[in-house]
Amino acid sequence: MSTLPSLLSRHVPLAEPASQLAALDAAPLPTEFHTALDRAGLWPLKPTALRTLQLNLGKMCNQTCRHCHVDAGPDRTEVMTRETMELCLAALERSGAQTVDLTGGAPEMNPSFQWLLEQLRARGRHVMVRSNLTILETGPHRDLIDFYARHRVEVVCSLPHYRALSTDRQRGDGVFERSIAALKRLNTVGYGDGTSGLRLVLVTNPVGAFLPGSQVSLEAEWKRELARNHGIVFDALFTITNMPISRYLEWLQLSGNLEAYLEKLVAAFNPAAAAGVMCRDTLSVSWDGQLYDCDFNQMLALNVSGPVRHVRDFDAEALARRDVVVRRHCFGCTAGAGSSCGGATAR
Amino acid sequence: MDDSYYHAADLPRFSTIGENRPELAKKFFDWYGAVFADGALSAREKALIALAVAHAVQCPYCIDAYSTGSLEKGADLDQMTEAVHVAAAIRGGACLVHGVQMRNHATKVGM
Repeated sequence: MSTLPSLLSRHVPLAEPASQLAALDAAPLPTEFHTALDRAGLWPLKPTALRTLQLNLGKMCNQTCRHCHVDAGPDRTEVMTRETMELCLAALERSGAQTVDLTGGAPEMNPSFQWLLEQLRARGRHVMVRSNLTILETGPHRDLIDFYARHRVEVVCSLPHYRALSTDRQRGDGVFERSIAALKRLNTVGYGDGTSGLRLVLVTNPVGAFLPGSQVSLEAEWKRELARNHGIVFDALFTITNMPISRYLEWLQLSGNLEAYLEKLVAAFNPAAAAGVMCRDTLSVSWDGQLYDCDFNQMLALNVSGPVRHVRDFDAEALARRDVVVRRHCFGCTAGAGSSCGGATAR
Repeated sequence: MDDSYYHAADLPRFSTIGENRPELAKKFFDWYGAVFADGALSAREKALIALAVAHAVQCPYCIDAYSTGSLEKGADLDQMTEAVHVAAAIRGGACLVHGVQMRNHATKVGM
């Protein structure tokens, strides 16, 4: 199954965040997100202690997955500069965040990726890299696995399914085979063996218009099947709900699933998951240094509220006083067992 | 003709069966939930069994519910198709094995 190029390169209206928000607002829903939060006693939504700084190093990617919320792809040229990275490092020193989560696009494709990672580790921060796996099988990046091991990086990898059929439908022909090759090499250096301390996490998100199943149950399935069929081991599986934005929103529209999917998310609103949403303890920085409550708000151009909007002006106390910006897409993080970049947020 | 059979919109209204005799519905739904939890069989395996049985009993509500349910529980379309073939094989085999009954009877009454 071949995937389409980015929305931007196809010049379709949904490439614009305003068009995505308008499409979501046009759907008939029984309730708004802030109303659901209010009923749960969580409105306005306030941050808790900042734990994670998530840096989006750019929209460049070697894949064009059908569900990508970033609209990333090989045609995208936006990447974080060394100068902006230095601003992020300075902000990190002023924040209480102990974990830095590097994402993209394919963050490995940023020319200063290895420099940044060394700087973060030198400052004693725990670093997570969100890898699409196949990038680790491309010529210029094949040595990164040893680099990751040397710097004790937590590798968080996308693998929607433990078989090729669904994986390739979502991510493109041949992606599964190359992902398995990368996972085997990660295992070879000790990732995922449970004793080396080299943590290997897989991420699955549904290949279609439905919610992920139980994270505990799916983790057991993924571990058994990947070990049985490929001899692959890993530490944990995160389940992530697809947010109804960007390319996934386009697919929902084209397949006639948009309204039913949004209704499903609203009907599955879980107050426990709402209390644990990641935007409360995470800040997201875009490739150009702007601040957001999460990577999804970033893609919808919904900056943080309050006076501090750019990482150069980072002020932990001012940011702690802000209200988290929420819109209808936020129902994606509060449905069922909840969803975050760290997987399910409620049982 | 009255258009009152099998509407997809009725599936999410299943719980309204509890509006009368709710104590009976509660027993059913509690038991139903327990049946499909992870156990000696995984939730995915149970969803695939349910999908196969849904085809055998030819319930469109159950087919919709367990097509989604199987996907949610981590099955893919290859696995789901194999499950439907299992149901079809048992139904076909159950038909054909009655041919032995036919043969027994035909042998008895025939010349």
